[in-house]
Amino acid sequence: MVMKSEKDTSEKRFKNIILVSGLSVIILLIAIFLTLLIASIPAIKTFGLGFFISKHWDPSLEKFGALPFLYGTLITSFLALIISIPFSIAISIFLGEYFKDGLLSTFLRSSTEVLAGIPSVIYGLWGLFLLMPITRYIQTLLGTTPYGVGIFTASLILSIMIIPFSASIGREVVSLIPADLKEAAYSLGATRFEVIKNVIIPYARSGIIAGILLAFGRAIGETMAVTMLIGNSNFLPKSIFSPANTMASVIANEFAESTGIAASSLVYIGLVLFLVTTLVNIAGTYVIKKISLEASKEVT
Amino acid sequence: MESSVLRIESFSAFFGENQVLKNININITPNKITALMGPSGCGKTTLIRCINRMHELIPHARVSGHIYLKNKDIYEMEPIALRRKIGMVFQKPNPFPMMSIYDNVIAGYKLNGIKLKKEEADHIVERSLRDAALWNEVKDSLHRKGTFLSGGQQQRLCIARALAMNPEILLLDEPTSALDPKSTAHIEELVVELKQNVTMLLVTHNIAQAARVSDFTAFIYLGELIEFGPTEKMFTVPKDKRTEEYLTGKFG
Amino acid sequence: MDTAQDIENDKIIPFPSPVMIQEDKTIDNKTHLKLRIIKDRLFKYIVIVFSLLSFLPLLLILFHITKNGISVINWSFLTELPKPIGEIGGGIYNSIIGSLMLILLSSIISIPLGISAGIYLAEANKGRLSNIINLCIVVLQGTPSIVIGIITYLWVVAPLGGFSALSGGIALSIMMLPVIIKSTEETLKLIPYHLKEASLALGVPYYKTILKVILPTGISGIMTGILLSVARITGETAPLLFTAFGNQFLNYNIFKPIDSLPYRIFYYAMSPYPEWHGFAWGASFILVVIVLAFNLIARGVSAKWKVQF
Repeated sequence: MVMKSEKDTSEKRFKNIILVSGLSVIILLIAIFLTLLIASIPAIKTFGLGFFISKHWDPSLEKFGALPFLYGTLITSFLALIISIPFSIAISIFLGEYFKDGLLSTFLRSSTEVLAGIPSVIYGLWGLFLLMPITRYIQTLLGTTPYGVGIFTASLILSIMIIPFSASIGREVVSLIPADLKEAAYSLGATRFEVIKNVIIPYARSGIIAGILLAFGRAIGETMAVTMLIGNSNFLPKSIFSPANTMASVIANEFAESTGIAASSLVYIGLVLFLVTTLVNIAGTYVIKKISLEASKEVT
Repeated sequence: MESSVLRIESFSAFFGENQVLKNININITPNKITALMGPSGCGKTTLIRCINRMHELIPHARVSGHIYLKNKDIYEMEPIALRRKIGMVFQKPNPFPMMSIYDNVIAGYKLNGIKLKKEEADHIVERSLRDAALWNEVKDSLHRKGTFLSGGQQQRLCIARALAMNPEILLLDEPTSALDPKSTAHIEELVVELKQNVTMLLVTHNIAQAARVSDFTAFIYLGELIEFGPTEKMFTVPKDKRTEEYLTGKFG
Repeated sequence: MDTAQDIENDKIIPFPSPVMIQEDKTIDNKTHLKLRIIKDRLFKYIVIVFSLLSFLPLLLILFHITKNGISVINWSFLTELPKPIGEIGGGIYNSIIGSLMLILLSSIISIPLGISAGIYLAEANKGRLSNIINLCIVVLQGTPSIVIGIITYLWVVAPLGGFSALSGGIALSIMMLPVIIKSTEETLKLIPYHLKEASLALGVPYYKTILKVILPTGISGIMTGILLSVARITGETAPLLFTAFGNQFLNYNIFKPIDSLPYRIFYYAMSPYPEWHGFAWGASFILVVIVLAFNLIARGVSAKWKVQF
């Protein structure tokens, strides 16, 4: 964009404005990281990395360890992923292979979009009034204390919430598979199931893994619905029905009333949450990008 | 030298290290059509894009030598001011899709922030559309978007848009390459008529088209100007062997 | 170089797989063929059943919101302020106004910045800087909303000395920004280069070409992006917990705490009073209608205002 004798100042001003706007995204992200880091320094200094293996979170004694929340986050997210994966893969194959277009596909696709658009807090409300009684019922059957809220309920709602997200990635990945590969398999007399099993799934494997990774990133950061359903307990959970807290939910529950080292410890948790989601998102996006680049190469 | 409106002097153009035009010298006679022909990739499009300084918009593009528009070096002018004096019509018709036909014709004024009185604008629109032989077809739908027009009509709309600025030179970059034969014939007729008003440079890879419409022809091959002269002469007695081979379809 | 890579790619492609070759040998075996067909059918049904099952929660959620929500909604619910517990009636007028104010505030901040950054990405040559910016957008988009809440608390609430509508708007604008940037960039990149050329060839300066030709041509895509981002933030609660907070009174002052629909739903849902639970459903119904309306308008805009090239 060389304009040798460009004297027009508005031209220059315009280019500067868009450049600065572009740079502002970088500045914003660096500022977020530095702010989190600086605000968590008191907690980092006091507790160090032991913060994540200590299981005592006691604001009255000013003792803070994040193990219960780390634990709560990982368990709810993994459970949610395990529950949601069969559904996500089914929808991906449904939309990416069986019913690529047509009424049924449009219907299912728009309904997953609607599902993705429903606010987290409404999932929480719905969970409180529908999932909680179900869990309570299961718990009475099992003979445990019927809290109703806890890791199990939170994982259920979380799995419902991440299905649309991972399904949309899965559909994208499945539809990227070159048609000639599938046709080659069909021409040898393979059934559709065999094509899916032997061509589509192996080909889409890295995409599916990336999708799961991104869904995991989504799940660990999810706050409201989990906060409403997990039971807000700062002790290490004993079973999957125990009340607990995730990293995000403990921040939501306590940050507004915390000061000093307690607030700093919560920011420390936030910092870790930020770093983990950052890594997961960069890795997942990188893989997806690589796949779509390869797919576009094969077409040309 | 006596009557040239555009003078190209020892002009070269580059993309990075790659030289795409080598030491070109041409004098363009006013109110005539000069065809630039040659096989694709020979540099003919680059040459006309240097004349309105669109070439330099591409990263790493640079030029050397001079082009004079009425004895003024265009590389000492503001590119923006220059482009208002030199109109351009592109390979693919490119009317602005968000504007009506009317607004498309006066787009050069509107986008440059030049205020026109209503009657002035009406006058320019009618005159330009008449000059572009489109007036009768669109006069009842001036305020509709131009997207419903056929390809040939869209191209004439683009010609009208260029004419509306009263250009001294009109550059036509393979204006018929995206059109059907009937529309092509229509545009060719129009171009011949227009030379009373404006000097034209026509880039074409179609030998027959150059023969049909142009007064002068420049044959460019691999970035070099092989031969330049009156069309009739060049097509009957080419001086250079390569010109002869090109005209007889031996390569290209 | 490319061919070598292609050959390597060919190796990875799991086809023809050993399984199929084996099956080819038994191709005449009729029962075997039948089995394969049955397997194929079965798998298809499983896929369909699982797909439709995942559709069930949506039906249930919409059903419950409608059933529990509509019975609460009446004119006074929409136009009155909340009443203290024990008093009958009251509404969510403050929350509706609050949500609208928050949308307005965050839009004012994020739309100009987002479009401008989107133009930069669409216009800049592919280089290291735009790669870094794109990476930052991915990260920003994936940042948990609760972290955005902490950040805005530290940046705005703590220095100003209290919760405020302004801080809520800032938190939400950070969430809108990546969506607007991406949709602007993608829309502008789809606009054919020859339109830009047409304008430049008329002597129109570069910046006017962008502002008067390219942006208006891409307006439908950009508007769609904005509406989708608004739909997304309208339901956000987490970043508001320690920024806009909540306010049971009507407030127009951007330096004071302000209510919002999602916050009100959270507050009522977590309360022990059945009447307030009803209000939570009512507010949810309104919120879902607003979010879906934004989504629908976004689709309408992208279909109707689409400029044809």
